[in-house]
Amino acid sequence: MQTGARIGFILLFAPLLLWLGLLIVIPHIDLFLLSLRERIGVGEYRTSLANYIAFFGEPLYLVTFMRTAIMSVLATVLTLIIGFPVAFYIAKFAKGRAQSVLFLLCLVPFWVSELVRTFGWMILLRETGIFSELLQWSGLVDGPVEMLYNDAAMMVGLVYTSMLFMIVPLITTLESLDDSVIEAGYDLGGTGPSVLREIVIPHAMPGIVSGSIVVFMLSLGNYLTPTMLGGKDSLWFTEMIYAQFIVRFNWELGAAFGFMLLILSSLIVWAMLRLTGQTLEKTMG
Amino acid sequence: MKHLTKRAVMLISATGIATFGLFGAASADTLRLLTWGGYAPEDVVAMFEAETGHTVEVTLSNNEEMIAKLRATGGRGFDLAQPSQDRISGPQEEFGIYKPIDMSKIDQSQFITSMLNATLGNTTVGGQPFAVPHVWGTSGLVVNTAKAPGVKDYLDLCGADVAGAVTYRLKRPTLIGFAYSMGLDPFAAYGDVAAYTDIINKVEAKLIECKPGVKTYWGGGDELLGLMRSGETVASMAWDTGGWKLNAENPDITFVAPASGALGWIDTFVLPAKGEADDAAYAWINFVMRPDIAGMITAAAGNFTASKGADEHVSDDLKARYQASFPPAAVDNIKWYPPVPAGLEAIEGAALDRVKAAN
Repeated sequence: MQTGARIGFILLFAPLLLWLGLLIVIPHIDLFLLSLRERIGVGEYRTSLANYIAFFGEPLYLVTFMRTAIMSVLATVLTLIIGFPVAFYIAKFAKGRAQSVLFLLCLVPFWVSELVRTFGWMILLRETGIFSELLQWSGLVDGPVEMLYNDAAMMVGLVYTSMLFMIVPLITTLESLDDSVIEAGYDLGGTGPSVLREIVIPHAMPGIVSGSIVVFMLSLGNYLTPTMLGGKDSLWFTEMIYAQFIVRFNWELGAAFGFMLLILSSLIVWAMLRLTGQTLEKTMG
Repeated sequence: MKHLTKRAVMLISATGIATFGLFGAASADTLRLLTWGGYAPEDVVAMFEAETGHTVEVTLSNNEEMIAKLRATGGRGFDLAQPSQDRISGPQEEFGIYKPIDMSKIDQSQFITSMLNATLGNTTVGGQPFAVPHVWGTSGLVVNTAKAPGVKDYLDLCGADVAGAVTYRLKRPTLIGFAYSMGLDPFAAYGDVAAYTDIINKVEAKLIECKPGVKTYWGGGDELLGLMRSGETVASMAWDTGGWKLNAENPDITFVAPASGALGWIDTFVLPAKGEADDAAYAWINFVMRPDIAGMITAAAGNFTASKGADEHVSDDLKARYQASFPPAAVDNIKWYPPVPAGLEAIEGAALDRVKAAN
């Protein structure tokens, strides 16, 4: 019986272990070894920390990373601010069929690929696009307006792309909040804001944190949206990794960048968890 | 017992069919072709398959991705690739991803001799040739001549009259083009890292100075066509075919060979180091270099080929556009890319990153 259970456990675990081992652990070890190589001549390499020194030595790389991280945090906060009321409405006010329909509506944009979604925004925002034409037609502006190729356009794209990943965990946690608890809050003299602050948000905290982690990571690792909507000033860190690997043939520096992204983003998530007094176990439980 | 025999017979015959199938596959190979959009049109592929019995699998890519793909596998996974001639000796010395071409299997009489010799000269590593030419073209300026008549050279893209309506790529052709326009000679400095770094630094300063006037740095061909077509930009750096394509839709827009010289490239055929269907690859090369087939490829890709006598099979429209963009003096002024020495990409890359990050 004991051995039978153990075999069953091993069999059930095997796919996960294989997945983690073959697709995540082994490639990362390979990437790490690659990042420690330094090119010293044609086809000649030696082991050194030169690539990491290059990352910290060139302010451009650090600045780009910080920019990417700060923009991703901002995108996460915006997604939360927009997503929370939506999730609250779907979880608490909408009933039965309406609830499913609303939930489905959140899901619909994700049936098309990210490329098409981003291109949709380009059609809306560009100088000869729909918004610009509409503003000119209504007489609000005289000439064409360019809304594409700036940080705001990029932010719109990032928030739109990751909205679903914030709403789903929020709905799940908010649904588990008993309505009578909110009623009790009002009965005890609470006002709207105080009930929100003292009851709803503390209860939804695990959902907020897990949603935020997912959205932050998605934004940080996004390549398409910053490249397409961001324009000439929007250097995103993933763009630099891509450039090192594909355009510059500099896999060594690209691998070092990839590792720095992994380490720094993990640090930021850890810091956010500490700051909000959450733990990963509580969030995932 | 009887049951078992029957099963054994079935097994043997199945093995036989499988073996037969394998032998069948050996004489008619699958050619895995890594190429650019338009270089292997469907009708040409169908004709080749009907004629030779080989099948062709086409993967579309660009210079950098081709090399990155072959590098990742050590030259495995494709049987024939088409990088530009300046990107062959460097990656070959550095990564060893190609194998030498057996010139006896190539019908050399089908090639324009000067172009074949130039490519062979540029792609010889260790005394062995690694590439033969296929399609050639240039990059320069695509200009809306009605709205931006003053744009004649790369530096004119920084002019106040076109500020805010200019687009170009942040890639190495931009660095090279601006350098020539500024009176520098980057190709002559290829062998001298210090001199080349100096040139790139000057170009970097210029590009940062010009940045406020740029609408966006385009990334893909379609993005550029969209920007020029809609009139959001009036002047850009791009390939000749892009300009001619737009010219067909709007006569105001066309390709202009810059005063300091258009930049000429030749896309080639190379054999990846671990390619498995060399015979099919040679068959494909000899097939597409036939003048009539080369004419079909020119019609699809918009660029001319190194095939001798293919001009007769090219439409008059395209010929007229080519002649309008390239008066004889402009043809002589084309700056052909020499082979890029390994390591220069890092210098250019750092400069391009700084331009992109500059405000």
